[in-house]
Amino acid sequence: MPDAVETIPIRLKVNGKSHSLTVEPRLLLVELLREHLDLTGTHVGCDTTYCGACTVLINGAAVKSCTVFAVQADGAEILTVEGLETDGQLHPIQRAFAECYGLQCGYCTPGLMLATHQLLARNKRPDEKAIRKAIAGNTCRCTGYQNIIKAIQAAARNMDGVQQRSSV
Amino acid sequence: MTLGEPRRWVGHALPRKEENRLLRGRGKFADDIKLRDMLYLRFIRSPYAHANILSIDVSAAEAVPGVICTLTGAEIVPLTQPFIEIGPDPFAKIKDYPLAVSKARYQGEPVVAVVATSPAIADDAAEVVQIEYEALDPLGDGEQALQDKSLLHEEAGTNRVWNGVFEYGDVDRAFKDAAYIVNIDRLHFHRFSSTPLENNVVIAEWNPKDERIYYSCNNSFPSFAIQFLAAHLNVHIDRIRVETSDIGGSFGIKITSYPQMAVCALASKKAGRPIKWVETRSEHMTSSAHGNERTFRDTRVALAKDGVITAITSRHIDDCGAYPRYEPLGCVIWSQVFPGVYRFKNARIDFMQAVTNKCPVGPNRGYSRMQHLWFLERVVDICAHELGIAPDEMRLRNYVRPEEFPYTTPNGCVYDSGNYPKMLQVAKDLIGWDEWKKKQAAARKEGRLLGIGIGTTLDSGTNNFGQSQIVNPGLPYSGNSQGANCKLDIYGEVVVAVGSCPQGQGHETTAAQVVADVLNIHPDLVTVRTGFDTERNVHTGFSGTYASQFAVSGLSAVHGAAQKLKAEMKRLAAFTLQTKEDDLEFSMDAQGPEVRARGNGKSINYWGLANLVNANTAALPPELYEVTLNCRYIWRAPFKVPDKQKKYGNLTLTYASQLHICVVEVDRETFIPRIVDYVAVDDCGTVINPPIVEGQVYGATAHGIGAALMENCVYDAVGNMLTSTFSDYTPITAVNMPAVKYGHIETPSPHSYSGAKGMGEGGAAPIHTISAALQDALFARGIVIDDSFNNADSLFRAMVAREIGQAQKLVRVERRVQR
Repeated sequence: MPDAVETIPIRLKVNGKSHSLTVEPRLLLVELLREHLDLTGTHVGCDTTYCGACTVLINGAAVKSCTVFAVQADGAEILTVEGLETDGQLHPIQRAFAECYGLQCGYCTPGLMLATHQLLARNKRPDEKAIRKAIAGNTCRCTGYQNIIKAIQAAARNMDGVQQRSSV
Repeated sequence: MTLGEPRRWVGHALPRKEENRLLRGRGKFADDIKLRDMLYLRFIRSPYAHANILSIDVSAAEAVPGVICTLTGAEIVPLTQPFIEIGPDPFAKIKDYPLAVSKARYQGEPVVAVVATSPAIADDAAEVVQIEYEALDPLGDGEQALQDKSLLHEEAGTNRVWNGVFEYGDVDRAFKDAAYIVNIDRLHFHRFSSTPLENNVVIAEWNPKDERIYYSCNNSFPSFAIQFLAAHLNVHIDRIRVETSDIGGSFGIKITSYPQMAVCALASKKAGRPIKWVETRSEHMTSSAHGNERTFRDTRVALAKDGVITAITSRHIDDCGAYPRYEPLGCVIWSQVFPGVYRFKNARIDFMQAVTNKCPVGPNRGYSRMQHLWFLERVVDICAHELGIAPDEMRLRNYVRPEEFPYTTPNGCVYDSGNYPKMLQVAKDLIGWDEWKKKQAAARKEGRLLGIGIGTTLDSGTNNFGQSQIVNPGLPYSGNSQGANCKLDIYGEVVVAVGSCPQGQGHETTAAQVVADVLNIHPDLVTVRTGFDTERNVHTGFSGTYASQFAVSGLSAVHGAAQKLKAEMKRLAAFTLQTKEDDLEFSMDAQGPEVRARGNGKSINYWGLANLVNANTAALPPELYEVTLNCRYIWRAPFKVPDKQKKYGNLTLTYASQLHICVVEVDRETFIPRIVDYVAVDDCGTVINPPIVEGQVYGATAHGIGAALMENCVYDAVGNMLTSTFSDYTPITAVNMPAVKYGHIETPSPHSYSGAKGMGEGGAAPIHTISAALQDALFARGIVIDDSFNNADSLFRAMVAREIGQAQKLVRVERRVQR
């Protein structure tokens, strides 16, 4: 155990807002988000990269923030659940989870919505198999995934529809 | 029973009120809370399953900068009483403290607590605590433990926690008259846990200013926890405040977090500051709570010529881990469903419970009943296969019949309503039974291992706590109750508080639906308090969320409180509007909700009524002074204390039922069992909010499928837990979970005001169903499914043992009639 803990300066953008902080090298990204930035919507469920409750987007990629050091996110743009809504309006993914009863306790939901965000950015109309594969790293203990899959299908329809309408 | 009001909201798919905060990442889970000057606690845990603690040296840890204090078992003994034991002597003599004192009894048992200014410093300090152990041989198996060759708790003089014989009818006569007797040597129900995604979290503040203990936590049965904590900590129960907010699942597992709550309070007292403890997943897996493991020995089944079961005898050995804690309540709770869904009248079950050097058990979704229901489903299914009766036909011959409800079981339980044959038909139609039978026949010709299984199960809800007196006649508990408060606040807002402690079941939504129907308003106008708080003064000794009961106990309390409020509003409105109460109607106009006199057309809104009571009181005549518009109602279940000697009486109020059918194929090369089709049919009486019910059915189905095929708490021979991370335990994921076809029927309960039955636990139907499907797939290969956990490895071993002729003969049939 070192006598004095070394700290490292980092800069990162979270939900569009820039932050400059000085952190211990052992600080996990999820700890930075929850404890330093008070963004408590990102949760910890397993500590071993299995459950995905801590999933956030780092430069658009869904990443488990319990397995990334905060210093690794230096210079990155991060999106957490708190950044999904726009001016108080729910994101189509959030709306779809509500409409389809895609959550119960809500603990896994932020991570699942961000995994969905990545999926729908890469595949606008995923079939059921692609959806199941995309959320295989996100454990839900309440829903049996059934309504989550419905929600992701609904979100895909909503988002695709919005894009089609706006392109007309 | 009268319904009292039209149902505009109850029975309909109202979107959940909880969603708005949860979807925005604004839920308030226990770990989200920070208090001024808060410290962080880390446990140092026993690496041994069984060991004497020879010495503990915390000096190096206490010297770490940022460490405030440490706490050991030896320190807390003089400050506390051992935890209350629910069971009788001699096992009640054991001394259960929240930190091991002179001996550790399972791997992961907390031995020392370290308190520091940050979690990382507490982690650092934990590494330099020196503990010298003397390892002892562990007892890893309940049957072995019952031999008492070595003891976990020397004070008790035995490892046997409880023993009782449940005997009903004329067993000997039934066996004498039997056409067939099926003997099953051994069946085993494995250890698993529903592992809520949020681990246990405790924030405790033993406040030096008022000497009260403030908890923010995620315990799911707080009124039970405070009864244990007050006695343990030597404090008046009112000195303990417990608040919960959003809880990330519990499934019963978070009921038994009171030992950790005690340590946090004691550490806070020592440090003089608030303490936070956040459990890691590995701590949760090794030392939170597991479901009960149970072995069924020497089962004998008497059957008539037509396959109707007439009697069952068996010996059941329950393994409760190192400390009983909530046990031995499980030793009677299984008997809520004594005959399952079947009609047999004669039975003798010798039930024993033992301690072992494993994690203590706790209530786990389907608690204690699912083990027994799985046993009965195995019995029925094995008998069907052995006697050559189709498993569906076997069930139809043995089910309690629809016309027999309300049905009194051999041990005096009253099944309120149900229709099992109809559920079977609905399930068959949904899965395409006949089609699958054809496909199965074709598959078998190709040598493929395809099986179709049925599981019929019960979810008994709203306990009669009088059953606790069957395990310990000295206990002061009976019946069941729940409290709720419904008020008009000063500006006329409708505000509801209830003593439940929800973890995702949508109580804020369903409670609002009930109140909205009583007052004829929109549920959006009803505010339901989030979570539990002792300070709301709506809890009773049984308040919490457990045992499939909110739709009955919780909503009955809410309904009663809303009706009381409505009656008071009527009295006030009749006075104000100068009319009679029966001339009044509750309605909405453009301005909001109001009470209107039909005769003279005058009306008063909720603010007007609330103002009269709260702020304009000189206008209130003295005869209305007793009106408070702040109405507390305690609902009590209509139970009697069961007969303790005969172990006879009604033990639960409602019996929701589940019927699942599944098609499984076992790969001939890899032995991986794969679900190819799955149907879940549910009957929980009148449904309050259909999508909420459907969602819980899917959730319970996932837990059951996970438990049947993937999730197993594995210990090695020396008591190391081998599945202490999610990567080892492998909770079911979206790629393992099949699409489930959902169906339901409604047989309204005559035992609840609304016709609803408690639901949510689901009776572990998938475990029974998958065992049955595997049995169907493998019976022709000579395999008997004798364990509730079946993965590729265990099926491979069973097949190999069979092929090399080393399989034990598990089942023996005595035939007394010619076929």
